[in-house]
Amino acid sequence: MSAFLEMYGYGAYVWSAYAIAIGGLLLNVWMARRQLRLAREEARRRIAMQEHS
Amino acid sequence: MNWVWFHRFGSPPYFYRFAGRWAPWFMGIAVVLLAVGLYGGLVVAPADYFQSDAFRIIYVHVPSAYLSLMTYTWMALAAAIGLIWRIKICHAIAAACAPAGASFTAVSLATGMIWGQPTWGTYWVWDPRLVSQLFVLFFFLGYIALRGAIEDRDRADRASAVLAIVGVINVPIVHFSVDWWRSLHQGPTLMRADGPSMPMSMAWPLLVMIGAYTFYFVAIMLMRARAEVLRRERGGAWLREELARAGAAA
Repeated sequence: MSAFLEMYGYGAYVWSAYAIAIGGLLLNVWMARRQLRLAREEARRRIAMQEHS
Repeated sequence: MNWVWFHRFGSPPYFYRFAGRWAPWFMGIAVVLLAVGLYGGLVVAPADYFQSDAFRIIYVHVPSAYLSLMTYTWMALAAAIGLIWRIKICHAIAAACAPAGASFTAVSLATGMIWGQPTWGTYWVWDPRLVSQLFVLFFFLGYIALRGAIEDRDRADRASAVLAIVGVINVPIVHFSVDWWRSLHQGPTLMRADGPSMPMSMAWPLLVMIGAYTFYFVAIMLMRARAEVLRRERGGAWLREELARAGAAA
């Protein structure tokens, strides 16, 4: 297992590259979900205001 | 030819529901492919003769770089269709491409720099491939900034579409930069006239990862396009219905 993590001495390079790539993928999912939630809340507020006026 | 299906996509309620139905499937397929590709790339594929295990960075670097250019092409194409035929949904799709594209581009540059240190002896060189890819990142960021700076949505759509179309010139420059100029960056591995210069044991995880990133991109794009559609909607009956349903589910 430790040999696998070491990657023949390239571990720091390989794992940091994978961490950045996976981090980027997760960040996009989180941001997209957040945007959708915010857009829904915004639309609800807009409709509520139209109904009141 | 029957164009009804095409026009249906232009209708916000239809697109919103369609995207909501399909995004989880694309994301699910992406996760499965990602798991297979990561296992293949990190465990199954043999170490490279010259680069040892450092070459494994290819399995995240190349898919990010490939999707960066593909996302830009889709964004410019959607923006052009939106601009020429005034189809609003296309502008929403173009806007939905940009953040994912910017992140793919940034990741391709970052992983490339990390790969450059052990193999080239430097994180960065002012090389045609690297510089042209940096310009792709600037165009993505410029596109996002321009949209954010213009209050009126129609004007933001048109102005950002022009920027996206102008920047598409970068896509072939990045792709062919390694052939046109003397570059430190290696040439293409998969897309070559004489076939891949990689044994199948190394190439299959790369192809799976590219597939994973493609499905992932479509899922993110659909999710973001839904948010864009909601923001553009002035409050029709379908919107009330959808919001009530989303509220009941949450």
